[in-house]
Amino acid sequence: MSVQAVTGSGLVQDSSVAVLELRDVSKVYGESTLAVQALRGVSLTLQQGEFVAVMGPSGSGKSTLLQIAGGMEQPSAGAVSVAGHDLVGQTPAERAAARLSTVGFVFQSLNLVSSLTAAENVALPLELNGMASRPARAAAASALAEVGLEGCGDKFPDELSGGQQQRIAIARGLIGERSLILADEPTGALDSVTGEAILRLLRAKVDAGCAAILVTHEARHAAWADRTVFLRDGLIVDDTGGPQDPRDLLGSLR
Amino acid sequence: MSIRMALLAILCDSPKHGYELRAEFEARTGSVWPLNVGQVYSTLQRLERDGLVTADEPTADGHVIHSVTQVGRLAVTEWFTEPIDRTSPPRDELAMKLSLAAVSDMVDVREVVQRQRAASMRALRDITRLKPSDDESFADAEAMGWSLALESLVFQAEAEIRWLDHVESRLVAQATRRRATRAEGSVSVSEDARRRSPRSPSGRVSR
Ligand SMILES: Nc1ncnc2c1ncn2[C@@H]1O[C@H](COP(=O)(O)OP(=O)(O)O)[C@@H](O)[C@H]1O
Ligand SMILES: [Mg+2]
Repeated sequence: MSVQAVTGSGLVQDSSVAVLELRDVSKVYGESTLAVQALRGVSLTLQQGEFVAVMGPSGSGKSTLLQIAGGMEQPSAGAVSVAGHDLVGQTPAERAAARLSTVGFVFQSLNLVSSLTAAENVALPLELNGMASRPARAAAASALAEVGLEGCGDKFPDELSGGQQQRIAIARGLIGERSLILADEPTGALDSVTGEAILRLLRAKVDAGCAAILVTHEARHAAWADRTVFLRDGLIVDDTGGPQDPRDLLGSLR
Repeated sequence: MSIRMALLAILCDSPKHGYELRAEFEARTGSVWPLNVGQVYSTLQRLERDGLVTADEPTADGHVIHSVTQVGRLAVTEWFTEPIDRTSPPRDELAMKLSLAAVSDMVDVREVVQRQRAASMRALRDITRLKPSDDESFADAEAMGWSLALESLVFQAEAEIRWLDHVESRLVAQATRRRATRAEGSVSVSEDARRRSPRSPSGRVSR
């Protein structure tokens, strides 16, 4: 379903390398009688400009899939590569470095640092990645504005509502030049209008050239993705495939 | 629902002939519910018969202008303020299909659910792609109407998908229970299969 960008000169550009490739990934937590098989051979490829939603009942392995895609968990079997780099062979430090520079993560638990202000939380990935404090703060201010939190930069997380904290976490996941955004139920605490605004933002980031995986319970939100896969018991049981030509859609409605 | 009251509501703004009325309806609902001009004319005839609109003599170019009557205006006010009538729920092909598939030997109902869910999700995605931006939808009344009409389709598709999820978890729970029963050794597989044959779906009997 993915279209590779070919330039006029016939050269295949860098974008022909998949942003993310999971091949036959399995994950077992624990051992022997306590072992839990969270993933049982999942394959998924994302090209630049592709947005995939993952749906499925709780316990079906959605978060595990994202953790493995982001290099925070190691698969028990199978291969994972981000922008052509094999994550499986890397040391934890190498994976952490790759994650900081290319992968934006919005966790299911927000993981905000309570002793840092909203702006400092959002700027954190950039600063850890070596950016100077001033440009990092400027980027944080505009990222906060994008999620509708202008003027909240100096507040601490516990001075803000659950929905606002969630938006800080989203701003932190989207900030900088990310080639891959991984978002685990990022809209849970948001009202439907704010939730939609966040999805439009995510869509715009992908259209501007990154790739994203969104885990969500809400079909309405998954609908902003190009493609939705359904997980069940650690397996992809269904896949909508990519979108049709938008002109066909108008035709079918009129 | 009939389009009768919707057309009458549009006539409350100003008298119109059939083509204008159809164009106005489609503009305000963004062509989500396509309407042919024949339906418009037959609806206007019935509205006239019922005293809700009056028809002028045809103009030189053959158009008949319709105006709403006082009674018609009252009917529209009532339509806007009363909840819609649910005494005869619209037929839902999908609900019928799943109710029948759940007790049929001809298909695996979980496959029916899965295939439908992917299709509903595709439909939902395709509708979502047509949504105007917030700025666009607040730009004028027409864009607002189009965007609200699209959103009603979004919510319908979403409800359908949630319902399919629910059906699936019911089926999973049922299968789990059946396996547990079988594991106890009290029921042989063939007995079990007979017990849930289409003529005596479990659960129906006890009701
Ligand atoms: N760190 C962990 N240790 C042990 N089991 C885990 C861990 N994380 C997840 N699991 C188990 O793996 C399965 C999949 O979990 P998860 O990926 O969180 O699913 P989802 O996000 O779809 O709810 C569940 O059975 C869960 O209990
Ligand atoms: Mg999860």
